[in-house]
Amino acid sequence: MSTWSPPRPPAVISQDSLRARPRPLDTAIRLLFRVAAIFTIIITVGIVIALLIPSLAFFAEVPVWEFLFGTRWAPRFADASFGVVPLVTATAWTTAIALVVAVPLGLGAAVFLSEYAHRRARKILKPVLELLAGIPTVVYGYFAVQFIQATVLREWLGLDTGSFSVLAAGFVMGIMIVPTIASISEDAMSAVPNSLRQGSAALGANRMQTTVRVVFPAALSGVIAAIVLGVSRAVGETMIVALAAGQQARIVTGPLEAGQTMTGFIASAALGDSPVGSLEYDTLFAVGLLLFVITLVINFASIAIVRRFREAY
Amino acid sequence: MVTSTPTRHGMGALVHRSVRGRAKGGETSPRSIAFLIVLWFCLLFALLFLVVLLINIWVDGVGRLDLALFTEYPSSNPDDAGARPAILGSLWVIGTTAVMTLPIGVAAAIHLEEFSDRHNLINRAVELNVQNLAAIPSVIYGMLTLAALGLFGVVNKNQVWVGALALSMLILPVIIIATREALRAVPAEIRQGSLALGATPLQTVFRNTLPAALPGIATGAILGLSRALGEAAPLLLLGGLVFLRFDPNGLMSGYTTMPIQIFNWTGRPQQGFHELAAATSIVLLVVLLLMNALAIYIRNRYQQRW
Amino acid sequence: MNDNRHTHPTVSIHARATAVSDRMDDTAPVVLDCEDVSIYYGEFRAVTEVSLGFRRNEITALIGPSGCGKSTVLRSLNRMNDLVDGARVEGRIIFHAEDIYGKDVDAIAVRRRIGMVFQKPNPFPKSIYDNIAYGPRVIGMKVESMDDLVEEALTRAALWDEVKDKLKQSALGLSGGQQQRLCIARTIAVQPEVILMDEPCSALDPIATMKIEDLMQQLRRDYTIVIVTHNMQQAARVADRTAFFTALPDETTGDRTGVLVEYDYTSKLFERPADKRTEDYISGRFG
Repeated sequence: MSTWSPPRPPAVISQDSLRARPRPLDTAIRLLFRVAAIFTIIITVGIVIALLIPSLAFFAEVPVWEFLFGTRWAPRFADASFGVVPLVTATAWTTAIALVVAVPLGLGAAVFLSEYAHRRARKILKPVLELLAGIPTVVYGYFAVQFIQATVLREWLGLDTGSFSVLAAGFVMGIMIVPTIASISEDAMSAVPNSLRQGSAALGANRMQTTVRVVFPAALSGVIAAIVLGVSRAVGETMIVALAAGQQARIVTGPLEAGQTMTGFIASAALGDSPVGSLEYDTLFAVGLLLFVITLVINFASIAIVRRFREAY
Repeated sequence: MVTSTPTRHGMGALVHRSVRGRAKGGETSPRSIAFLIVLWFCLLFALLFLVVLLINIWVDGVGRLDLALFTEYPSSNPDDAGARPAILGSLWVIGTTAVMTLPIGVAAAIHLEEFSDRHNLINRAVELNVQNLAAIPSVIYGMLTLAALGLFGVVNKNQVWVGALALSMLILPVIIIATREALRAVPAEIRQGSLALGATPLQTVFRNTLPAALPGIATGAILGLSRALGEAAPLLLLGGLVFLRFDPNGLMSGYTTMPIQIFNWTGRPQQGFHELAAATSIVLLVVLLLMNALAIYIRNRYQQRW
Repeated sequence: MNDNRHTHPTVSIHARATAVSDRMDDTAPVVLDCEDVSIYYGEFRAVTEVSLGFRRNEITALIGPSGCGKSTVLRSLNRMNDLVDGARVEGRIIFHAEDIYGKDVDAIAVRRRIGMVFQKPNPFPKSIYDNIAYGPRVIGMKVESMDDLVEEALTRAALWDEVKDKLKQSALGLSGGQQQRLCIARTIAVQPEVILMDEPCSALDPIATMKIEDLMQQLRRDYTIVIVTHNMQQAARVADRTAFFTALPDETTGDRTGVLVEYDYTSKLFERPADKRTEDYISGRFG
């Protein structure tokens, strides 16, 4: 048993002890925290400025309409040409092919996991699906150019295609995006209240009908958000297209053709060493600005669409 | 499965017929079964591709998965080459990234979650901004760093701290979001109990809330860093594609990373280099697997269930 | 913040308190004194012009139907209400001749001296020892032996014997009643003068409740205790004095605002209440 007793508090406490005490260290640390948070805004502002300044220099030399609508992209040639349409077609083809792969697989997997799978199966399958998202894109790129393009498309299927194609790149990109679409769609569908499913079943609908006619429409906004996010990722992806789609900037008219996407160009331009302030350097940033604007528009469009389709419960 | 007793007469028959008509055969109709099979296949195909990819990498690379991979330097002859500088470079860059991004990310998250006035317009802008940053393509962060270097007149792009800077900005939103969720998971009563004893809000954060949120923060940090480990695009723009024959040895040292080395070798014509690329991919995947396993372990072992 | 006085009370005089402290015995000094305290959340006035004093080494119970502002009043006594967005206090709360809502007063220092035990036990996710030692450490108390202080606090909270062999174990492993006594020990460790308790037993089983009520009687010797309870029998069991609150419609806004109806010795309040509304509540006719 201890012999120590705490001193009794004094009957009268002097006025000072309740006085407000300045705590400079507290204030300083909280200020540091606030600065850290503001830093994120600095990054965004930095991105915008970093992209704008060289782009403005670029557009001083190359008219905007020639950039946006020109059909020949040859920035490093003697008779240089700066029409970005070829890059955009390649990006469009790879993105479209990626969606053709990712949307059915992703939604199908999501519907299965959300509506049909047992809880224990879901606990295992969902993380395994997430593994797909964890594989570095450069490894996907290797797989695309070495296996899909060289082995599957050329050897096994004997298709008339070169060393690169937007099909190989787009296909593998689609696989990469499947977990994104699946995960967000599955969350959206799981969030649909069970009362809706039960109401539908009470009317005599089987599970397929309930899923297709009740759950899916109710989760539509989340599904659309998932797809749009997938599009955004496909447009911005660099390594897979740099390795598998090709380095040749030409207007792509078919899936078996090679082409250079916007991101592919940025990657290739970076491998050379353009002096700061040169036209080559500025071209890089002009394409970067276009890429940034496109992804920004896609992201904002997704927010707007989601707001329109959101069903309130 | 329900067996129905058919009734042919009266009201019962009426109801029976209409219900049967609606259900179009019930759970075991051919269409339902076909639907389920299609869904199964969707999931299966996705997993199948994963398996095929892993097998492909393994088959291509296992032959070069030997000690030489870890000890040799890149060379123009594939038989002599190894990934040693790339492996060490990855460690250097990720370590530096961690030191750069974790303090800022955690500090920003603490401010947003514990101290910021939610009605303040600036704070709301910051929150929205973090969400946007997470969706920007990774190359753009490389361009940002490139421009910053140009602004400050730094000529040599191939330095460890430069690459780490780009990756730090890339995963900063991820760290912030994960930390905020970890902080949010700590119940308000804990904070109130601390304040009621006469602790300041800052003491409450440092001595109570933050330690309680630490497992969640650690998990988020590891996942963020594993994302940075696999990134190549921002580093390509920063002179990452170099032919290095020495070990990186400092923050300002030249470097390369595993993803870049894989990119480099994949683009070469010789089959030997492709095998090296696959072997390095195996190493990279194993490291990522270990990191993710560590994150999951930490979450399961230390996470507080309130 | 607390300078503007409310000049036009919109709750009529007759509706408010009919029993005032000066009818009671004055031997015990008033430690914590509320003078015309009104508490606002934004525009909504939750509590209107409450005046009552809490006396040293007594247990005072605040009772009343739900929504009558008793928890709000309790939380304002140690400035925990400051944490709520838009909360504002008018009037004065005097502690050691100082208005705790005065401009120069440090809320942190107030909370050290006026402690609080919450409705749902909230031990920190730390060891039992660290839970108790937390308070003294953060306020910078100079202690010769932390071990002794922890033992003393746990002893005073009637918990020492049950946990003395497992001080290093997590506090979250204790039962509900033990956790609440731990929270009381934690509060005692910083040597407060007043202990506020917000329905401390409502989350506990009857046996744990009984232990805490016994504990309160012991604590009374060294501390002043104010307890909010919705259980009238509990108030009758433990409290020396009881204050009865109720919610009245505010004449201007129509919102219900809390007022103090009657404040007296517990036995007097329960046996011969002066106000009819008190009598109605106690006999179960409403609330």
